[in-house]
Amino acid sequence: MSNFISGEGFEKTFRFGRMILEGTGVTVLLALFTVIIGFILGILLAIMRMSDVRPLRFLGQDRQGRPRNNRLLVAISRFNPLSVIATTYVEVIRSTPVLVQIMIIYHGIFSYLIDLPSITILGFIRLNRFVPGVVALGINSGAYLCEIIRSGIQSIDGGQTEAARSLGLNKTQTMYSIILPQAIKNILPAIANEFVVIIKESSITYTIGVQELMSVVNDVRGSFFIIMEPLLVATVIYFCLCFPTSKLIAYFERRMSRGDKR
Amino acid sequence: MTSDKLIQVKNLKKHYNKGTIKALDDVSIDIHSGEVIVVIGPSGSGKSTFLRSLNLMEQPTDGQIIFDGVDITKKKAPGPDGKLKKVNIDLHRQKMGMVFQHFNLFPHKTILQNMILAPMKVKGISKDAATNKAMELLRRVGLEDRHSAYPIQLSGGQKQRVAIVRALAMEPEVMLFDEPTSALDPEMVGEVLAVMKELAKEGMTMVVVTHEMGFAREVGSRVVFMDEGKILEQGTPEEIFTSPKHPRLKDFLSKVL
Ligand SMILES: Nc1ncnc2c1ncn2[C@@H]1O[C@H](COP(=O)(O)OP(=O)(O)OP(=O)(O)O)[C@@H](O)[C@H]1O
Ligand SMILES: [Mg+2]
Repeated sequence: MSNFISGEGFEKTFRFGRMILEGTGVTVLLALFTVIIGFILGILLAIMRMSDVRPLRFLGQDRQGRPRNNRLLVAISRFNPLSVIATTYVEVIRSTPVLVQIMIIYHGIFSYLIDLPSITILGFIRLNRFVPGVVALGINSGAYLCEIIRSGIQSIDGGQTEAARSLGLNKTQTMYSIILPQAIKNILPAIANEFVVIIKESSITYTIGVQELMSVVNDVRGSFFIIMEPLLVATVIYFCLCFPTSKLIAYFERRMSRGDKR
Repeated sequence: MTSDKLIQVKNLKKHYNKGTIKALDDVSIDIHSGEVIVVIGPSGSGKSTFLRSLNLMEQPTDGQIIFDGVDITKKKAPGPDGKLKKVNIDLHRQKMGMVFQHFNLFPHKTILQNMILAPMKVKGISKDAATNKAMELLRRVGLEDRHSAYPIQLSGGQKQRVAIVRALAMEPEVMLFDEPTSALDPEMVGEVLAVMKELAKEGMTMVVVTHEMGFAREVGSRVVFMDEGKILEQGTPEEIFTSPKHPRLKDFLSKVL
């Protein structure tokens, strides 16, 4: 039996050096694409959740346009399909494990419905594993980013909307020119934090064969029957990715809030 | 002063909590071009609600607001040709500038960007034309050298002067002011009132909610006293301040003068 941890073990691990580097690259790319997909999805979901689309609005009013007294009709008139869809999505994603979501996306959607070609990009990114991984993580992250974006939008003073509308801007113009730019600036630290969270969470995609850092650890184990040494190497790499990034975020957060108080 | 009715307010009501709170209780008033209407009254009397109803920042519960001949409280209204047309509230809001107690400048945009945003986005004016117009307006309030500053770098009085010319950049037909000097340090009140006085002199139609009785007396063409959601008395500053009739107005004036 081999030692618990040995120099030889590290030496063997580093024979996989090139794969470890590539795995790290895949991890970072995975997180980057996930945040981009999650952010776009998050904005869409947030706008859906806060929309005021009520196709049955007329049921809540009488002929003169005054509100009715019938509670049931008033409740039905408030029905907003976009908001219901977005809220359901967010709650389902947040109440189920990301591992289950990834399995469903990979085995369900990408095996039966969408057939990706077995292409390898840059020599180490396997498209038919990487894309399902990114999609699954993006779908997951979109739900969390939706809530971050929504709270960012709601934190903008109502006076901003009033000023914009009083100048004649319509709802959409107000949202895109006035509210979103301020909201996004406020939540940038939270989005960067989500990036750090995803770097760590992305390790789970090794279960569907994405060749990121954890899957390289697994390869080392398969070849040499050692586990602690590659795990420790992975630990150091994850730490070096996440710790400086969080510190950088905290630094910019402090600087930005100082600017606001001036 | 001409006598065209620019805004006709008819039986305006605004209720909250299913009618238990009557912020506006049957308010009717005609506002003519060139008039400076100063609205006074105790806290909670409905002054802000009245002002904010004029450009539909608040949707009234009942009543009519006829602006430029169109009832803007309705979804559809007959136009000048008598045909029923969809009322586009954004179109009417362009013609009503509004100035807020807390300025509400856009903090992520420079002073100049604050001023040209709406003319460009809403009216489709070219950037050059909008910039020229904005710089001219800034010059009028003595702030042309601050055009590239951000709102956060300005004093309260400067911010409010920018807010006023930002609204003017849309070339409105009427300007609405809701306590424009209430959030200012005392030494900055004068500079903002001076700009408003200038504007009144140029013939701008104005509706001003304020606690500045000196301004009401000097600049107002009509003073309106509100209490509990109603207009209890109105008249020239002379009539209101030297011979008030309603006991509530007398009581109010005895407290603020
Ligand atoms: N959103 C709301 N819900 C319930 N009541 C409201 C709401 N907005 C205003 N009110 C009530 O309507 C009344 C009129 O309010 P308004 O703000 O118009 O008064 P005001 O004359 O502007 O007072 P102030 O001088 O303090 O600004 C007040 O009694 C207020 O409490
Ligand atoms: Mg008020």
